[in-house]
Amino acid sequence: MTTSTTTEHVGAAHPTTAPGHVTSTGLSNEKLSMWLFLGSECLLFGGLISTFLLYRNVDVELAVGDLYDIPFTSVSSFVLLMSSLTMVLAVSAIKRGNGRQTRTWLLTTALLGASFVAGQVYEFTVFYREGLGYTTNVQSSAFYTLTGFHGVHVSIGIIMLLSMFVLSLKGRIGPERHEALEIVGLYWHFVDVVWIVIFTIVYLIR
Amino acid sequence: MAITEADRPILELPVGERTVRQPLGVFTRPTATTGWRSWLSTIDHKKIGILYGATSLFFFFIGGMEALLIRAQLAQPDGQVLSAEAYNQAFTMHGTTMVFLVVMPLAAAFANYLIPLQIGARDVAFPRLNALSYWTFLFGGIVLNSSWFLGGAPDNGWFNYAPNSGLSYSPGHGIDFWNMGLLIAGIASLVGAINLITTCLNMRAPGMTLMRMPVFTWMSLVTQFLLLFAIPVLTVAQFLLMFDRLFGANFFNVEAGADPLLWQHLFWIFGHPEVYIMILPAFGIISEILPVFSRKPIFGYPFMVFSGIAIGFMGWGVWAHHMFVSGIGPVSVAAFSLSTMFIAVPTGVKIFNWVGTLWGGKLKLTVPMAFAIALVAQFTIGGVSGVSHAVSPSDTQQTDTYYIVAHFHYVLFGGALFGMVGGLYFWWPKIFGHHLRERLGWWHFWLMVLGFNLTFFPMHILGLQGMPRRTASYNADMGWDVWNAVSTVGSFLIGVSFLFFAYNILTSRKNPKAVADPWDGRSLEWATTSPPPVHNFDEIPTVSHLDEWWHRKYQEDDNHKLVRVENVALFASEAGPDEPVHLPSPSYWPFVLSLGLPFIAWGLLYSYWLAAFGGVLVLAAIYGWSLEPSVDPAGAHHDDDHHVGPQGEPVAVSADAAPDAGAAAEEITE
Repeated sequence: MTTSTTTEHVGAAHPTTAPGHVTSTGLSNEKLSMWLFLGSECLLFGGLISTFLLYRNVDVELAVGDLYDIPFTSVSSFVLLMSSLTMVLAVSAIKRGNGRQTRTWLLTTALLGASFVAGQVYEFTVFYREGLGYTTNVQSSAFYTLTGFHGVHVSIGIIMLLSMFVLSLKGRIGPERHEALEIVGLYWHFVDVVWIVIFTIVYLIR
Repeated sequence: MAITEADRPILELPVGERTVRQPLGVFTRPTATTGWRSWLSTIDHKKIGILYGATSLFFFFIGGMEALLIRAQLAQPDGQVLSAEAYNQAFTMHGTTMVFLVVMPLAAAFANYLIPLQIGARDVAFPRLNALSYWTFLFGGIVLNSSWFLGGAPDNGWFNYAPNSGLSYSPGHGIDFWNMGLLIAGIASLVGAINLITTCLNMRAPGMTLMRMPVFTWMSLVTQFLLLFAIPVLTVAQFLLMFDRLFGANFFNVEAGADPLLWQHLFWIFGHPEVYIMILPAFGIISEILPVFSRKPIFGYPFMVFSGIAIGFMGWGVWAHHMFVSGIGPVSVAAFSLSTMFIAVPTGVKIFNWVGTLWGGKLKLTVPMAFAIALVAQFTIGGVSGVSHAVSPSDTQQTDTYYIVAHFHYVLFGGALFGMVGGLYFWWPKIFGHHLRERLGWWHFWLMVLGFNLTFFPMHILGLQGMPRRTASYNADMGWDVWNAVSTVGSFLIGVSFLFFAYNILTSRKNPKAVADPWDGRSLEWATTSPPPVHNFDEIPTVSHLDEWWHRKYQEDDNHKLVRVENVALFASEAGPDEPVHLPSPSYWPFVLSLGLPFIAWGLLYSYWLAAFGGVLVLAAIYGWSLEPSVDPAGAHHDDDHHVGPQGEPVAVSADAAPDAGAAAEEITE
């Protein structure tokens, strides 16, 4: 909300952010709330990662660490990281008003994300065939819960990206509404960063 | 929430596009602002605040009845009122209800109602999310309490320790109801936290810098940050427990090598900030009451603010003092002993600042003032016994005795609840436009103070005599019968005191109308009518001082004497604003979305079909919410937005007749 006096006191908003709204911080409500939500998410993943760390060294018959296929997971991690690059390209394209490129990069990002999730499903299937079910031991419960929570986050991100794709196709988001895409991007990058932490802690450091 | 929050701005209609009235063909976007339907669809922060308050008072009645059952059982040795099983359920539900369904939502009621008024805003940043917070809280409470009718309430204490919460020791569904009910209520807290932080940071009136915000708003802001970071930790613990109980995971399965201390750590990393989540809003409330009735500004405003922030930070480093006897090792115990002693410092700063506010003031003893002073006195007692817990050898003696029960009731009942009841007396005329009767209020106050201290002071003695908590009965030869009898008498006095309160509020409509500023207040909520108009302020105030309203009313004359300025104009009038104020329209979707959640919870326990139904309801609500015609940020008004006209009544403004972008300036982000 704003009045003409607000502008005097707080300063004009960035002309391209949420037209008609000036906030006390200059950051739009939507973007600020996404940052707050992501802050909260850090504690969610913090709790899950701590739980895994607690149980990683418990003596069990079938340790999840014996099943890792590091080259495979490295490739799928790389795919997910590349999706952050294409996300940035999508935001850049929408700022330039290039709808076609926006959609191309959005779809690429969603596809890369989907490949990552598919890789995770494949990994889970392999582990399960090796005899490591969700209820097998404390490690398997912690591993599947942590990586599963992350996979659900990626999947929600994919749904958001596809929604943006459809909206862009219908001409409902142009350069004047690029902030919406930026906010989806914030979420997407966050999910990627969390994966870097998980990949390092769960797979690489043993 | 991620989905709806991030999707909403995306799906908002672009500039100038026409909207449809029934995006999913289900509901017309509601516009009613009166009648019972308006309460289902309201997104007005004031109405939501009232809903929060009324609901938490209802749960207070339930939790109070459970407390009286506990006291009736313990009135004499070998009590026969309740079976041991029923007793376990009563104390578990008493604690859970009072923490999650009374104190937290009562604080949310004040925060919702007051923050926009105190910072000079027309509503919170996300009005529909605000409604979602309320409905998820209500339905979370309903899921939790439905356990009474579906095979028995949870019986494992409000902290629900593992492995006792596992299937082998708690085969019934009680623990599941605790888990799911609080997961749903957790959504309410998380969404509310995001919403209110954004509101405090982003929606302030011109000139309302952070260091001009009233102390209540500041303490609520700190509280919301605590909620933002504490709730996800509890959520993790609850998910792990849910997966253990429903899907056979092994997180708390000791036979499989699990560590039951994991639950204790996760729970108390949430649980200790939770203590401050409950007390800081009450601190904020009395920091508003004391200056008004001392006729002095709050003593050391920056110290008040920064000690609140310090408590918020340090609250994260003391959780293991709840676990001194769980074998965490001498180094951990020593470290957490120290940090616990340190956190007494900012709390002490607050106590001294309140005393400093009273010192030399022109004290006016009213009922809210009495409650505020009672908080300072009783919280100090609770704080002192709290420091005795920080000393770990002493704590080892006190753990799981009634000494602990005495301590936390002194801070949470004698502190948090006294502050909030005082706040009800203080803001009642503002919220409802009618005073509560002072005489009844004094009866309430003295009976409550007497009853409270009679109930809980003897528990210090009982605890030091070794009476354990959470035991359904005790032998006559233990020598505990006298103080237990006294305590029970006290608890029923508290019950009687609330009868006076109930009579007082239920008959308050007949009382004479309250003026806008009955107490000669200091902050902006007193600068609008009682009750405030739906748009809060006809014109958004421009702020230049801490205690802005006071500075407008009183100025120094030529002799540097404080004189009252005559005829200071309110920021709202009966006539309404000169130009129509653009407000977001009500919505049914927050209610529908929340309605789906209990079905998911019950469905996970009884039938996945029920859960699927709940899931479909939630999904449909998310889509309906996203596609709902919403306030257009660029100023093109839609026929479904309602406006407040010059006479204060809602008027429809068509797109053509709408004021131009200049007037659209007064919109609220929906």
